[in-house]
Amino acid sequence: MDLDIFGFYDKMEESNILLSFKGEITSDLLTSILQIMESKLENFEEKSRTKKKVYNVLVECLQNLYHHVDEVTAVDDRTKRARTAIFMIGKDDENYNIMTGNYILSENIDALTTKMDRVNSMSIDELKILYREILNNDQFSAKGGGGLGLVDIARRTGQKLGYNFKEIDDEYSFFSLDIKVRHKLDD
Amino acid sequence: MEPIHIEATPKTPLVNFDPLKGHIELRGRSIPENSLEFYKSLLDWLDEYGNDPQLVTNVEVQLEYFNTSSSKCILDVFKALEGIHKKGKTDMTIHWYYEEDDEDMLEAGGDYEAIVTVPFEKIAIEEE
Repeated sequence: MDLDIFGFYDKMEESNILLSFKGEITSDLLTSILQIMESKLENFEEKSRTKKKVYNVLVECLQNLYHHVDEVTAVDDRTKRARTAIFMIGKDDENYNIMTGNYILSENIDALTTKMDRVNSMSIDELKILYREILNNDQFSAKGGGGLGLVDIARRTGQKLGYNFKEIDDEYSFFSLDIKVRHKLDD
Repeated sequence: MEPIHIEATPKTPLVNFDPLKGHIELRGRSIPENSLEFYKSLLDWLDEYGNDPQLVTNVEVQLEYFNTSSSKCILDVFKALEGIHKKGKTDMTIHWYYEEDDEDMLEAGGDYEAIVTVPFEKIAIEEE
């Protein structure tokens, strides 16, 4: 297979991609990525609160991936593939764009769609109430779940969760999530 | 009982729990993938401290970042403190520090203040 490296480069350059990764998501990998992004944000001389917002949202997005991939046990090629994910972070004039992609069981699409549409329909005040409800709910475990991560992201960014599903085979679909964090915060 | 001293790491906060001084402090970042693993021993410690607390218990929480997995554990810490406070044997205040322009961390303090009944003070500090 001929890989068009320049094609990749050109697309990434066009989208102003600061960092991208495709592969298995491990705890050590996340530590490294977060360290790299932290120093990049430092170099961009963003306001402290912008840096913190981007960093926090990044942590949630990456740990979502981590916990998700962690649920799949690799027994064959298909499940091995399902443990890998992609993530990219870019920056345009208005936003940092955090994009993640991972395989999910197609049977989970409906529940996830309902959850995200509900979050997207809510105001910041409604998200605050929902966040407190989920936080104080005994059903929610420290391992995640309950969708607190997505609520947290929506609440911090004040923007809609962008998402898409692409059917891969009879069992799996590819789930992509597109999160925007404004860096031109109003004073 | 023994104090707990844990140094900060890139993903976990500094912990300073001193039973003789009634001093309970968390400082730094709390973004581990599995936060329960980290917080379990702290919750056990609070359980024991609650049996014989100091007359005054000073709780200091100054976090730079925390993830949603930690947010649940931090609530568990506050609920353990609430259990101790309710017994009426110790005078307790939770001090929640946030950098003055960090609205998200101020909001997060508000979340906990709304849920737990322990006296709660949100204190702005200058950017480091």
